Amino acid sequence: MTNEESVKAQELRNMLGRETPPLEIEVEQGNFRRWAEAVGDYNPLWTDPQYAKKSRYGYTIAPPTFAIDRGIIPLADQLIPLSPKFLNGGTEIEFLKPIKVGDTITTTAKLIDIKEKAGSTGKLVFMTLEINYKNQNGELVRKAKNTFIQVFG
Amino acid sequence: MVKNKLYFEDVKDGQSIPSLVKHPTPRQLVMWAAASEEYHEVHYHLESAKAEGLPGIIVHGMLQISFLGQMITDWIGDWGTLKKITSTNRAIVVPDQDLTCKGKVIKKYTENDENLVACEIWVETAKGETAVKGTAVFSLPSST
Repeated sequence: MTNEESVKAQELRNMLGRETPPLEIEVEQGNFRRWAEAVGDYNPLWTDPQYAKKSRYGYTIAPPTFAIDRGIIPLADQLIPLSPKFLNGGTEIEFLKPIKVGDTITTTAKLIDIKEKAGSTGKLVFMTLEINYKNQNGELVRKAKNTFIQVFG
Repeated sequence: MVKNKLYFEDVKDGQSIPSLVKHPTPRQLVMWAAASEEYHEVHYHLESAKAEGLPGIIVHGMLQISFLGQMITDWIGDWGTLKKITSTNRAIVVPDQDLTCKGKVIKKYTENDENLVACEIWVETAKGETAVKGTAVFSLPSST
């Protein structure tokens, strides 16, 4: 059992530094509308172009968590098949610059850390992903870290 | 929609953030899946959720972070800027219940000429369990 767990952790460790191919997101007003409807957050800064034009931005801005998952999932999808039993351990998102309609956001995700800890029901492996979101001018607009926990027991 | 302008000087250490009650339904989870392109079956397919040992379909962690974000952006208004959110999931959350977003100011400080406020934020289930716990940092304009 113990050997098998270490092999699993080793298998994941071999993926350290692995980066997903860049994923491009073309930003449209409809994306903000669908986000607003799903969350029930109709802040006019992201839903009302007329209102937003008079704001300090001068245009609608993306809501905070817009497109965050789209950056995380491609790499998570590669890791999770190795680990059917996983938990989302935590997320950290930095909002660095506004995202606006017409932007092309390119995301890349990288596996940056693997840690193994003893849990109450078995061993836990913590996998940390770092995801960068850049606009068409190469500016970093969002930065996220996401930790997935694998449970062996 | 007329919003108040919140100034750095208006915010007090230890102050509570106006809470926000959300009531996610299965329909809302499907809408979130589509909006975020996160199609993990445990969020909309009962058999898949049960096969993973869950009590039913569960609410996305990122949707709950979005609720917490809404609590902050509703409060800070158009002149505040959300800088950072961190969160960890503490409990499994099923839909069709009230989720209450709450928060408290823990620190006010100035860095690189920005007036920053750090808060503890969390989501409480209908039973009063903490489902998500985290922190938020935002900047505010000064009234002086």
